[in-house]
Amino acid sequence: MYGLCALAGVLVVITLADVIYQLAHNGSEAISRFGLSFLTNTAWKPGFNIEGAGALIYGTIVTSLIAIVLATPLGIAIGLYLSMMAPTRVRAVVGPLVELLAAVPSIVYGFWGLVVLVPFVDSLEPGLHSALGFLPIFGPASPVGISVFTAGLVLTVMILPIISALTRDLFLTVPSELKDGAAALGATRWEIIRGIVLPTTVSGCAAAVVLGLGRALGEAIAVSFVIGDASNRSVNLFQPGTSIAARIANQFVGATNALQTSAMFYAGLLLVIIGMLTSIAARAIAGRFDVTQRVI
Amino acid sequence: MSATSQTGFFDTMPFDPTASLTPTGNLRRRSAVSRAVQIAATAAALFAVAVLVIVCYGVASRGASALSFSFVIDNPSGLASGGIFNALAGTVEIVAFGALIALPLGILTGLYLTEFAGPRSNTAGVLKLALDMMAGLPTIVVGLFVYGLIVIPQHRQSGFAGAVALSIVMLPIMARTSQEVLLLVPNSLREAADALGVSRWRTVLSVILPAATAGIVTGAILATARAAGETAPLLICDSLYANDSTSFNLFHGVPSMSMFIYQSYDLPLQEAVTRAWGAAFVLMMLILIANIGARLLLARSRAKMAT
Repeated sequence: MYGLCALAGVLVVITLADVIYQLAHNGSEAISRFGLSFLTNTAWKPGFNIEGAGALIYGTIVTSLIAIVLATPLGIAIGLYLSMMAPTRVRAVVGPLVELLAAVPSIVYGFWGLVVLVPFVDSLEPGLHSALGFLPIFGPASPVGISVFTAGLVLTVMILPIISALTRDLFLTVPSELKDGAAALGATRWEIIRGIVLPTTVSGCAAAVVLGLGRALGEAIAVSFVIGDASNRSVNLFQPGTSIAARIANQFVGATNALQTSAMFYAGLLLVIIGMLTSIAARAIAGRFDVTQRVI
Repeated sequence: MSATSQTGFFDTMPFDPTASLTPTGNLRRRSAVSRAVQIAATAAALFAVAVLVIVCYGVASRGASALSFSFVIDNPSGLASGGIFNALAGTVEIVAFGALIALPLGILTGLYLTEFAGPRSNTAGVLKLALDMMAGLPTIVVGLFVYGLIVIPQHRQSGFAGAVALSIVMLPIMARTSQEVLLLVPNSLREAADALGVSRWRTVLSVILPAATAGIVTGAILATARAAGETAPLLICDSLYANDSTSFNLFHGVPSMSMFIYQSYDLPLQEAVTRAWGAAFVLMMLILIANIGARLLLARSRAKMAT
């Protein structure tokens, strides 16, 4: 029994190592041909055997940042509501409903994003542009609403349940003596949150956000539906772009030559390295909190 | 000096015993801030629930016209008519085979972490980190990995490759839930078994696993529900088959729900898009029902354990 269990554990570690090996092995052609300039070159012209991941990396980071910026305050607010404000019965219903957002398959989000969210963003973008157009990120809108910004919105919805569930659990671990003590000194609900709850859990909250970021970085299908697959490194969020995962989802099956496939393995390797770094970072930040992507 | 100021206070204001209970000045501002924050937090929670409702409604309203009983039990005929039975059966086949790999491995890993490795041991630390990283692997990368591992050597996509990819998606979920559930099993059970001189593996098989069954089943349902909705690994490992294929040979392309949706939306036929919405609705409902059921099961077993 011990041997069997240990074997299963070893298999997990070996699989993980093999993931890196397979990506590096199948991407070796692209790695040796493009080297590190792959990271900065934005041209992606498979017909000319030129592939660069500059636009992909840029799109991955920008879409994830949009999602983090929008989902962090929302998610923490939901976590606070569920842990400190909602009546018990409301909590028992709303909590699981928010978590169900994480259960919706990514293909459904992609499909829904394309048909429902894209027209919505299309109607939103001109207004944002005229109001905030002095900032370069809110430049002229794309004609149909397919844009980096739309992808960021879809990702926001996808990581919102992760951040809110993790932070809710963190807030529940704050000892009630501390909260009651503050309340007895006359602190209002907000002052308890501001003075006690957030400072004691700040590292855990940061780790929760980093875990959400990890999820956003790697999402392929939902993003590929709404981002437009354009090798574009534009500051304007309302232009189509692409991300590493979305590019692989869009072009892997129809790849025209071996070098293109190899370049996508290389890009996948970059994505894994970024993802593993976020896992490690989340762990390091979390400190004494046990923040892991939870399922129940 | 203090006497004079007190006199002044009572001179200007008539005595009102409830005065100190009505917030004024600074306290009023503080309460207003607190109330504003509470309203904002409530609004955020409502927003999340509203998004869930909007997504469900959006899918249901567009898929409703495709839905019928025969849509679920018939095979498709051609590109835009018939049912989705082949995709449904294919998903069940691929997910079941993946579960066959992932669930035992996940339970064993969970057992190793809770029963055999000490809580502070280095191997357990490494394994936990590896599981975290595996759970954090983008699913499209899992697809690439299995493509290199199985599809390239075999020179063809297959349901088998898809099943292996899904097993990698399921494994960390299963390991994580088993670990959490096994930690809930009271230590007194282990100590009682030890006191009777029962060996570790017998304790695990006849005491600990039975006590944790409900939780492990919950984990299994959640893991399979998650895998059933995955698209990215199947896109890379198991997407080349005819739309109306009814071949369920695991070593060739096997149809699946998520690939059906992915491919139907690309077709330039309104009928095909409606069918994609119908399939998305069926898939989403199955997954949501599995999730809700698993949570209820877990809540019941937790209540039972607490008493």
